[in-house]
Amino acid sequence: MAEISAAARDRTPMAGTRSPARRRMRDLRAMPGFSAVAWACIVALYLPIVVLVVFSFNDNRSVVRWTEFSWRWYEAAFANEAIRGAAWTSLKIAAVATLGATVAATMAALATTRGPRFRGRALALGIVNQPLVIPEIVTAIATLSLFSLIKRLTGVNGIGYLMLAHTAFCIPFAFMPVRARLEDMTLTLEQAAADLYATPWRTFRLVTLPLLAPGILAGAMLAFVVSLDDVIITLMIAGPGETTLPIYILGAIRRGITPEINAVSTILVGVSVLLVLLLFWVQRQMRK
Amino acid sequence: MLSRRAGLSRAALLAPALAIILAVGVLPLGITLVYSVLTPGTYGGVSWAFSLDAYVQFLFERDIFDDTLQFNGAYLSIFARSIGLAFGATLGALILGFPTAWFIATRPREQRNLWLFLITLPFWTNLLIRTYAMLLIIRDEGIVNLSLMQVGLISEPLSILYTDTAVFIGLIYAYLPFMVLPLYASLEKIDMRLLEAGYDLYAGRWKVLRHVIVPLARPGIVAGCVLVFIPGLGAYITPELLGGGKKLMIGNMIAMQFGSSRNWPFGSAAALILMALVVLVLLAHARAAGREGRAHG
Repeated sequence: MAEISAAARDRTPMAGTRSPARRRMRDLRAMPGFSAVAWACIVALYLPIVVLVVFSFNDNRSVVRWTEFSWRWYEAAFANEAIRGAAWTSLKIAAVATLGATVAATMAALATTRGPRFRGRALALGIVNQPLVIPEIVTAIATLSLFSLIKRLTGVNGIGYLMLAHTAFCIPFAFMPVRARLEDMTLTLEQAAADLYATPWRTFRLVTLPLLAPGILAGAMLAFVVSLDDVIITLMIAGPGETTLPIYILGAIRRGITPEINAVSTILVGVSVLLVLLLFWVQRQMRK
Repeated sequence: MLSRRAGLSRAALLAPALAIILAVGVLPLGITLVYSVLTPGTYGGVSWAFSLDAYVQFLFERDIFDDTLQFNGAYLSIFARSIGLAFGATLGALILGFPTAWFIATRPREQRNLWLFLITLPFWTNLLIRTYAMLLIIRDEGIVNLSLMQVGLISEPLSILYTDTAVFIGLIYAYLPFMVLPLYASLEKIDMRLLEAGYDLYAGRWKVLRHVIVPLARPGIVAGCVLVFIPGLGAYITPELLGGGKKLMIGNMIAMQFGSSRNWPFGSAAALILMALVVLVLLAHARAAGREGRAHG
């Protein structure tokens, strides 16, 4: 997360107004055409999503020609049993994965940042970050192989497999902000608590945990977004009746483009954007 | 005694995360390795008989009549295509991402976070949906073709969708943020007085860019390229939607072996080869970064 460390450096506000020398510097830094490329990139990043969102409100079967504003595709989406079921499945999996990943990641972050360096720390960090390094399609088919083996041996089926797989790949995302927060926290308050004869558990509960809360919250939100958005791993290991919202959308796109897909997609994008905005807000509060 | 207790509590804290990832992330890779040297089962899955056929199948085709091996470049060409497309997308993302990162790094301090936020936000929205949105606008009836025809630049829609160009555009679109962020991290650290020194020595903008900025941004350039190339190589959704499932990349080929083609050992072998490629790129990057660190440290 490059932007977090960069932002941390920016904590000190610029003093005063720009001097003439500084203004001249800015001229020197300008490169011909670079601003145009940057603007084009920003526009290109957002244009497709804006078009998708705009046409989800179009009162017409067409996803191209605008006729009139309407909620009809949202009404159709909400009335659709399959979409409601998929949304419920997505939420159940994301909730369990978020809880599991956040608890496991917070514990692991405490173990790797508090106390002296220990042998095997690098290995532990490597294992925690493993899901980020392996291509998703490889994880997907490998997990499918393992789960189908277990299913054959035990005969146990169910949504638990998806929840476990999601928990695993959410752990590194929940881990990052918690670890960053722990590294920013000084040990002073915890030492003070220990000096006042607080037991380690009381110190943790009354001092460490409240200070760590914004990091944990940020980690949980990242985990939730990542779980909600997963396609490949879910697609490979989901059994019948375990369709999540992204899997439903993929199937619907393959059957043919309808504005209803735009409506469902807009809702999913909206949820992610809201959560990420909230996350950035939490991180800003953390810095104050 | 105390240190032993500390060690125990540390192990207990680490246990859940490590256990979950070892069980669902590392153990499955072992299973994949085993599956890759077994025989495909008749109805999917594997049958437990040792065979190296999955690896042989990459290069050769077994003649069904006389059992001789004949060279077959079909799978090799899928790998070559994927590497080519991922490489092209990396280059494209670098060409677009470098000016963007420079632009952000030269904004006033208080604006930079907003720009970075704008670059990162799409990354946190669903890749499938972003790819679908891209499909909507580059279709024959999409907004890009319609507006180009409206202005009169073209008389017929450009057929971009379901071609390599579409996959290429989709990959750049998907992974551009991965390029911009590390580039920005490098560029932002550059001491701007060095530019002034360059201009004082009569270098033009192009020379300053080439001989001052780019060398200093090297770690960011390399990191950005690795971060775009790796997911691009293993891409599944982009070629699936924008390539129409006909223009295969490694990711789709692997998925197919576990779906309609029902050749799990071959799919496992292909997945391991993809992973080996990724590990090679990462190792090369780690070595380069290590050298860089020593040179500057």
